[in-house]
Amino acid sequence: MKTLIDLYLTFLKIGVVNFGGGYAMLPLLERELVEDKKWTSREELLDYFAIGQCTPGIIALNVSTFIGYKQKGVLGGITATLGFLTCPIVIILLIAAFLTNFADLPIVKHAFAGIRVCVCVLILQAVLRLWKTSIVDKITLFMFVVIFLLAISGKVLPVSIPPAILVILSGITGIIIGKEK
Amino acid sequence: MNTVINLCIQFFKTGLFSVGGGLATLPFLYEISDRFGWFSHADIADMIAISESTPGAIGINMSTYAGYLTGGVPGGILATLSLAAPSVIIILIIAQFLNKFRDNPKVKNAFYGLRPASIAMIAAAGINVALIALFNLDAFQETGNILSVFQWKAIIMALLLYLAMKKLKWHPIAFIVISALVGIVLQF
Repeated sequence: MKTLIDLYLTFLKIGVVNFGGGYAMLPLLERELVEDKKWTSREELLDYFAIGQCTPGIIALNVSTFIGYKQKGVLGGITATLGFLTCPIVIILLIAAFLTNFADLPIVKHAFAGIRVCVCVLILQAVLRLWKTSIVDKITLFMFVVIFLLAISGKVLPVSIPPAILVILSGITGIIIGKEK
Repeated sequence: MNTVINLCIQFFKTGLFSVGGGLATLPFLYEISDRFGWFSHADIADMIAISESTPGAIGINMSTYAGYLTGGVPGGILATLSLAAPSVIIILIIAQFLNKFRDNPKVKNAFYGLRPASIAMIAAAGINVALIALFNLDAFQETGNILSVFQWKAIIMALLLYLAMKKLKWHPIAFIVISALVGIVLQF
């Protein structure tokens, strides 16, 4: 029961600060789940992100289910997910009930322009930290470059490759050229 | 009551087929809007803006909002849970599989390939945020002056944040709150 409450509260906290969607969450998840709670490792977290790209649902939501399951089985998975959802639901219900032009308020706009700057830096730091454990040789460096270019080219090119396809192809490449026997 | 059940079915479907996170739900939301009229296209646009300014992903937020419009607070909660349900079920199944096969060489090799892909996509997402937060591409198109592209205030703040994060091992939430305050005070 104690673990379940801990799971609920931890993901409630993560849900409060889940600004800017999936990837922006990574630095926070690292801090809470890897460094503070020690519920998972950096590599595992990255694996969950990759899996989250190919499954339905929001990545942060998938991570909460994974971690909850790892700690306390199916019930843990559901508890962590509910914790994560609580705050977004409450906020949107409040906005829907009371504030119609929330996103147009100048103070909200300024605050989020500031937060976006912070999110860039947080993502950069997460990438630098994860680099060491994931970009381990020339092959993985090459894969990083190719997928990075494909992922940002969506902005310029008329067609963009869905992330799920990129992830599945990378997984298959790994199986073919990986060194584990 | 029927509307609420239908609402749950529609958002369950959206949750089941929107692979790859938040924005993947958009096509489904437009379809729901066209077919059932629970919310308008303008509502979706508003919700994108709200989702960028609140915690929570667009799909989750839209389901709460549409649920509220059709069935009040219980509707909002039910619609959101319906959206999340398929992904929870699927992840619970995958998690069991992963526990069994984590040490299988094929699974290990797959992750050897998946990790660089994951980081590459995270870096690309970072670039997308940086384009909005640190640069102003529209200004360049208007003035033709390359220097106007850079949002100096934001770039200097990013550098300071980077240095601060290296020195101070504060929780990321602290930096997020400080950045919000700086944004308000300096009128970003």
